[in-house]
Amino acid sequence: MIMTNIPGLIVVVPLLSAVIVALMPSGGVAWVLTLLATIATFALTVINATTGDGATVSYALGGWPPPWGIEFISDGASRLMALIISFLSVASTLYANVLIKKEIHEKDQARVYGAWLLTIGGLLGLVMTGDAFNLFVFLEISSLASVTLVAMGAGVDRRALIAGYNYLVIGAIGATFYVIGVGFCYAVTGTLNMADLAVRLPGATAAPVFVGLAFMVAGIMVKAAAFPVHMWLPAAYGYAPSAVSSLLAAIATKASIYVLARVVFTIFGGLPDVTDLLLNWVILPLSVMAMFAGTILAIYEHDLKKLLAQSSIAQIGYITLAFAIGTTSSISAGFIHMANHAMIKGGLFMAVGALMVTIGKRVTMSSIEGLGRAMPWTCSAMLVCGLSLIGLPLTAGFISKIYLVLATLDAGMNVITGLILLSSALSVLYLWKIVEVMWMRPYKGKALAENILIYGPLWLVAIANIVFGIYAKPIVDLADAAARAITGGAL
Amino acid sequence: MMSSNPVFRVTTKILFAPIIVYGLYVQFHGDFGPGGGFQAGVIIAAAFILYGLVFGMVALRKLAPPRIVALFMAIGVMIYGGVGVVSLLNGGNYLDYNALDHHDPAHGQHLGILLVELGVGVTVTSVMMVLFFAFAGYGDPKAEDDGGQG
Amino acid sequence: MLDLIASHWNYLIVVVLMLIGLYIVMSRQNLVKKLVGLSIFQTALFLFYITLGRIDGGTAPIINPDVDYVYSNPLPHVLILTAIVVGVATTALGLALTLRINDAFGSIEEDEILAAKAEDGLIEEKKS
Repeated sequence: MIMTNIPGLIVVVPLLSAVIVALMPSGGVAWVLTLLATIATFALTVINATTGDGATVSYALGGWPPPWGIEFISDGASRLMALIISFLSVASTLYANVLIKKEIHEKDQARVYGAWLLTIGGLLGLVMTGDAFNLFVFLEISSLASVTLVAMGAGVDRRALIAGYNYLVIGAIGATFYVIGVGFCYAVTGTLNMADLAVRLPGATAAPVFVGLAFMVAGIMVKAAAFPVHMWLPAAYGYAPSAVSSLLAAIATKASIYVLARVVFTIFGGLPDVTDLLLNWVILPLSVMAMFAGTILAIYEHDLKKLLAQSSIAQIGYITLAFAIGTTSSISAGFIHMANHAMIKGGLFMAVGALMVTIGKRVTMSSIEGLGRAMPWTCSAMLVCGLSLIGLPLTAGFISKIYLVLATLDAGMNVITGLILLSSALSVLYLWKIVEVMWMRPYKGKALAENILIYGPLWLVAIANIVFGIYAKPIVDLADAAARAITGGAL
Repeated sequence: MMSSNPVFRVTTKILFAPIIVYGLYVQFHGDFGPGGGFQAGVIIAAAFILYGLVFGMVALRKLAPPRIVALFMAIGVMIYGGVGVVSLLNGGNYLDYNALDHHDPAHGQHLGILLVELGVGVTVTSVMMVLFFAFAGYGDPKAEDDGGQG
Repeated sequence: MLDLIASHWNYLIVVVLMLIGLYIVMSRQNLVKKLVGLSIFQTALFLFYITLGRIDGGTAPIINPDVDYVYSNPLPHVLILTAIVVGVATTALGLALTLRINDAFGSIEEDEILAAKAEDGLIEEKKS
């Protein structure tokens, strides 16, 4: 019974556990249940990814066959995304125990874990679904739950409330734009199922299809924090509780970029001239601008959490650039970078959270002076993730940069390759700033104790970075399968 | 306070039960006409909110304790999810109502929709009432809601 | 031109409402008014779907087993029920955040909040 229903169970387990966890009387019990639920989901996604012969599995919810019913598709792309989301959610949940206890009031903790599981369940539903409107429902489930999580940072810094409000309003506008686009596509084809849309859209009247694509992409770009509609991201990730920042930075925007790829390559896959126009003239230039804007703003940023958020914008630019180039190898490079960046940013935000909770104030360039000596375990894990961010060989970041550069060279875009290398070089600047302040300056404070419950999961993620930097074959294979699945083998 | 005005007081007391009956009618006639869980939930919650507006939050909290109402939020979702899980255990896909009654799939569909809408109605009623408690009772230190505010 | 407007007047109303909603979100300083604008924007979306579902000469999509009617499309109605609930949840969450912002900053006008934010935003150096 479990084996045949895995695509459904992957989404159902976190969502139903969320309800049970929110009723728990104490934060500790809630955390244990959350951890069990995330581990169970991770096990399900691993089974999903390893069994079967790689063919696309369609799971009809409610027994209604597609295209009349809602289906969950388990193809290469959704398997990879479900794996990434569930792995990072296990790591973040392990890390969250001590941090949620320190940053959030006791009586709110159980409900924070409920919202935590709702976010994870919503994102998993987002990547598994094969129905355009169902995608909106899961998108909003995960968005509203993550707004709640971000706003819980108000216990430490009241600016989290404004960040949460802006995230809510901007996110709601983005989701509504997406639904308008779906409405146009529904109007001309009469179906909401993604595979059916892909078949019917090429034959439909041209103008509504074009407008529908434009609205859908505009809405999804807001959610994915693509430049220039990324303004909600630095404040939201900067002021959220540390555990929440590490969870959201790792998985929330990736799921939206995945939706972008699904919309452009799967739903509109039969209209290559329309999507080429969109990719080459809109997404490509905006991605290049994101790469530079994010990196340059990160160089000038003092607050470490906001710095990491700005660098996230640049990394999202890399991923959307990979998708915009549009060849199978570049889409595969985009998926590789999605997987690796989830590990990198998850680890970096975990490290900054650990620093913040130990030194007791906001982590800025001035407050981390000399911390490398006072907190060696945490800071060295942060260094590993940082080196992975700039793409040092033997780390996961190097693998994704190499594949991205190879894909752009393959496509003959030498200028773009140069820009990628230039912005990578620029990102060394802000990493060097952090390293220099942390290790090269003397430490002038009192002795600090490092909690293994905090740096344990952090080292898990840092080691994953190194392991997947040396033995990258599993991720590369999954990404190749994902690229072929999402383009339907057309390219 | 509004409860000192006899028109409000008497009208609310007369209307309270018929509103709930109307809400139940809307809930169970979702199969045949406009209705279903969402609409019925809002109507039933409106009855309680009317009571709270006229007679005050203290009286409303005695009538519908906030902790119990918050518990019903979760119960409604669990009814909905539970129908899906029962379908899974009976061998169908998630939320496959045909699997609820093996001898007569049409009856299974009927039963499934009924239970699911019941879950939705319970959840929507509780959510609307919890929202009212949260907003109307905001900042009141004597309010022991589900421990959320203050 | 005029008969284009006459035949598509429902879509024009949708566009006008959408733009009004977006303009309110962008231009108004008051946080509650922004949420009202968001609500209007979402209402325009609901109208868009419902008016898509209408079929010429169709009646309400409730089956009458005796007579053979032409029914309007029921699927958009179901989709919009879901979207309305999402909109209610968004508005409720936004209002709850506005209440907390009022508590923390003392006002719900965006310019006053930005001025208060420019001073030290930390309410206290938090427990460790």
